[in-house]
Amino acid sequence: MSATLDAAAPVKLVGQPLKRREDPRLITGAGAFLDDVRLPGLCHLGVVRSPYGHARILGIDTTRAAAMPGVLGVFTGDDFLDLNPLPCAWQAGKVQNNVNTPRVLAVGEVHHVGDPVAVVVAETPSQAVDAAEAIDVEYEELPVVVDARRATEPGAPQLHENAPNNVVLRWSCGKEAAEVDAALAAAEVRIDQPIVNQRLLPTPMDTRGSIGRYDPGTGEYTLWATSQAPHVMRLLIAAFVMGVPEQNIRVIAPDVGGGFGQKIFLYFDMPLVLALSKKLGGRPVKFYEDRSENYLSATHGRDHLTDVAIGATRDGQITALKVDTHANLGGYLSTIAPGIPTTLYARMIAGCYKIPNIRVDVTGVYTNTAMVDAYRGAGRPEAAFVIERVCDLVADATGLDPAEVRRRNFIQPSDFPYDTGIGMLPYDSGNYEPTLDRALELVGYDDLKAEQAARRARGDRKLLGIGLSSYVEVCGVAPSKWIGLPGEGWGAGLWESANVKVHLTGKVVVTTGTLPHGQGHETTFAQLVADELGVPYDDIQVRHSDTLGTPFGFGSYGSRSLSVGGTAIYKSVAKVREKAKRLAAHMLEAAPEDIVWEDGKAHVRGAPASLKTLGEIALQASVAYDLPEGMEPYLDETTYYDPPNCTFPFGTHVCVVEIDRETGAVEPVRYVAVDDVGNVVNPLIVDGQIHGGIAQGLAQALYEAAVYSDDGELVTGTLNDYAIPKASMVPTYELDRTVTPSPTNPMGVKGAGEAGTIASTPAVANAVIDAVSHLGVRHLDMPLTPERVWRAMRDAERSDPGVAAAAD
Amino acid sequence: MFPNQFAYHRPSTLEEAVGLLAADPDAKVLAGGHSLLPAMKLRLAAPGALVDLASIEGLRGISADGAVTIGAMTTYNQLVDSDELRARLPVVAEVAAGVGDPQVRSLGTLGGSLAHNDPAADFTALMLALGADVTAVGSQGERTIPADEFFLDILTTALGPDEILTAVRIPVPAGRVGMAYQKHEHPASGYAVVGIAAVLALGDDGTCRSARVAVTGCAPTATRAAAAEAALVGQALTPETIAAAAQAAPGGLEITGDLYASAEYRSHLVTVVGRRVLEQAAARARG
Ligand SMILES: Cc1cc2nc3c(=O)[nH]c(=O)nc-3n(C[C@H](O)[C@H](O)[C@H](O)COP(=O)(O)OP(=O)(O)OC[C@H]3O[C@@H](n4cnc5c(N)ncnc54)[C@H](O)[C@@H]3O)c2cc1C
Repeated sequence: MSATLDAAAPVKLVGQPLKRREDPRLITGAGAFLDDVRLPGLCHLGVVRSPYGHARILGIDTTRAAAMPGVLGVFTGDDFLDLNPLPCAWQAGKVQNNVNTPRVLAVGEVHHVGDPVAVVVAETPSQAVDAAEAIDVEYEELPVVVDARRATEPGAPQLHENAPNNVVLRWSCGKEAAEVDAALAAAEVRIDQPIVNQRLLPTPMDTRGSIGRYDPGTGEYTLWATSQAPHVMRLLIAAFVMGVPEQNIRVIAPDVGGGFGQKIFLYFDMPLVLALSKKLGGRPVKFYEDRSENYLSATHGRDHLTDVAIGATRDGQITALKVDTHANLGGYLSTIAPGIPTTLYARMIAGCYKIPNIRVDVTGVYTNTAMVDAYRGAGRPEAAFVIERVCDLVADATGLDPAEVRRRNFIQPSDFPYDTGIGMLPYDSGNYEPTLDRALELVGYDDLKAEQAARRARGDRKLLGIGLSSYVEVCGVAPSKWIGLPGEGWGAGLWESANVKVHLTGKVVVTTGTLPHGQGHETTFAQLVADELGVPYDDIQVRHSDTLGTPFGFGSYGSRSLSVGGTAIYKSVAKVREKAKRLAAHMLEAAPEDIVWEDGKAHVRGAPASLKTLGEIALQASVAYDLPEGMEPYLDETTYYDPPNCTFPFGTHVCVVEIDRETGAVEPVRYVAVDDVGNVVNPLIVDGQIHGGIAQGLAQALYEAAVYSDDGELVTGTLNDYAIPKASMVPTYELDRTVTPSPTNPMGVKGAGEAGTIASTPAVANAVIDAVSHLGVRHLDMPLTPERVWRAMRDAERSDPGVAAAAD
Repeated sequence: MFPNQFAYHRPSTLEEAVGLLAADPDAKVLAGGHSLLPAMKLRLAAPGALVDLASIEGLRGISADGAVTIGAMTTYNQLVDSDELRARLPVVAEVAAGVGDPQVRSLGTLGGSLAHNDPAADFTALMLALGADVTAVGSQGERTIPADEFFLDILTTALGPDEILTAVRIPVPAGRVGMAYQKHEHPASGYAVVGIAAVLALGDDGTCRSARVAVTGCAPTATRAAAAEAALVGQALTPETIAAAAQAAPGGLEITGDLYASAEYRSHLVTVVGRRVLEQAAARARG
């Protein structure tokens, strides 16, 4: 921790598990989510969506709909040709020549089921939906492809003229293929394994929506949107889609009930409701998805088809890793889609391990499916799944314990900052082995292994499986000079800003460009400021989520709010403190260098009774009639902070499962997580983030899969078919931490929002595969449904009835 | 999300309700609404009118003479909380406790579940296994329909368009009887992928005097597993005879597959869940 955080003070709030100050409001129903926003004259949008995966629009007849009760207008894509297609902001992997992004409404062709084709604006939501059903669209069906590998094969249906073979990008990192091939050929142990990372539906409880209002008097627009990045939305809508001055748009994110990445992006409805409000003379227009719409047309996550080739020594050293991934990006490119399977996936493929020869090839592909973009973890879960499966495959092939394989390949503490050689910035700090040791100790690894063997020997009905996952991930992605670089990054920075103001009453207002959608920023940031400024926690207000009144920020995602946004606050506080000290020196008639700041008070060194409180100083700064020569009034400081590097949290998770030998049903019975997210401001909030993350990642391993039929229908289109985790489906989590501060920022923090999701999927999958490994099972694709596990056991036993006995 | 427009009636007598249904072929009964309203919101159902049974007296409650009679509008929670059931037919309370979630159990009704006849509903199989009778009132008067004749096909029962299910009458068998229900749940919906109800009665000599076994979740409608029943009657209930009956259970069932579980896997589950539920019922019968 930094010196200031460690400075002696009666009660430090940083490190304390304070309950979230936003919770009383949120859990008593006093929050205000998008669907709670009430505006006079509000009218509602009904959306007509394509029932086909791929089709030409031959005609749209709106006459019946236009005559329906309550209908204020019916619109098609042709009405919005003056609006540009939505921008693809992160054009990684040289995709410039084949970018295809959605328009606010489809024009000419539709590319996935759920693609918006026409809209009705009506007085009530049900009138809008009724009228939308009365719009007759004539389509000519076109051939459909939903599988990323199939889409690139000769003869596959073609989605976009500028993307032959549906290829968005062909991109690689690491060494030359020939060099890695040679290392593979020379390896003592060689393993090849196809690995599928299935498509997921992010499923925030609060679906997506927006309300647009145009003010005919001022020509200004206001957008309320379920967004993780209101400033970026304003920029993209103003500068890229509508061509209106940025200052004429105000974006407000109300309370947002979960995002998981899905709400980072610009969607059709955001510019559309603004344009519609203008067409309707300023009546506010609202769009709010129902669950089916969210599933059909908000972004999905993951969906990788990967081939892995592994070279290792007989004693478990991984010597070569060649990875070839087809990333399904959907029917169009979403806002940052190309950056996920490239920068955030391929460049993290080494995980926690020193691997001398790595090559990753990525093919990004268009298919007739909903767009795929960042979903909690964004690329790192896919990478962790590959490398953590690799470790277990090496263990299996060498006969070593999976823990031992990890140990033998770990990057060592003395190696940091560590460059993996595949284009990621150097890992900032790390000490991986203690997390493995602690996790194994907590779970009782040796006893569990013995229990597993005993159950196998006895032929118990419940098999036991123990799965490990040691992960490292990348958060707080920066600096701008790296992530902004065209071709690598998204042509813009990823800094953050914050303002800290002390009112003349001594109350503190913090404004930040980051914003919460469940993470408790108001609490964490107030704890931080309370310690740094020495003011009471309750005197600090944290404001966010409105482009009017907050400084520009890139938003909350990639576990960046604390390490980037929090650092901007930290630095602003330091500036306020410095100015307060200078003013105090003036007030106490001392030299500024003799002023000591302690516990919210300035006193003269050696004379603690000669002091001024922050309140007194703030009052003096505000009334301003007696300031030092040249000092501006008010305590009010802003910082724009661009970190020198990313942060790299890490840890080890262990999952224990029981498998019903007869049905194949998997029950996760224990879950131990030892995470290192650097210094921790609020351990309760960090634990909550880890809990939710584990549930989401565990659900990918066991329950969730978004499935398209061959003709482009989303088969898992409701919560009746798509299995998100319920409390009864996850075990009690046993958490612990190690603390390795990040040298990247003065608070030494890393990030905790995605770690749980990244770590848990491979831990759970490895546990299930471990449970049936004695039957000869080496790998299984997710989700590990009872039927899939049952088949694996049955097929293994059929192919070699003696294998069960021999393996023990 | 938003249902089509519909009219709403809340009659206070059964006659009035039957009259409304008879007059409007487009009208539908509303009970707990936990199957009907989701279907309407997804626009899979679009009745022109709803006839809500909530204000009709006498449709709610549990009474017992020789048999137990349960009013159609009795909610799952009322079944869970009933001392009468706990004493005489505890399996009914057990199954009710495993339906859906707290919201579903506080509003969903036994009558609604049976009238709806979802292919994966729990109580359809249980009523078949218990040999219940369904009472229905329509413009032609009242009639009693044995459960065996009630569930016809997917979402289809023997009820006529203007008939209202008013009650279910469940015999309380005497002697050494064991009843049990087990299901393998779908991780998304919580409905049965396979659910099996078994009612086994032992004779004085300890052999199986009668067996009623019914399966839900794998065919268009819940069905008796006749082959399993035949394999049990007259047998001593040993692990071997029970395993053999379970192995026979899929025979004669019209088992279908879906994205989550293939027909082959469901058929396998019928044998596994079947054996487990028969073991449980047999153990209960032995006392
Ligand atoms: C989230 C969720 C989970 C669920 N999980 C389960 C589960 O695990 N197991 C399970 O078995 N069920 C489950 N259900 C269904 C639930 O049990 C329903 O409540 C039940 O199927 C229908 O009962 P209802 O009273 O809600 O009927 P309603 O929805 O009101 O009616 C259903 C149908 O029956 C007709 N009807 C209703 N009552 C009568 C009557 N007295 N006479 C004639 N016709 C009538 C209606 O017209 C309608 O067609 C679940 C439902 C939900 C929403």
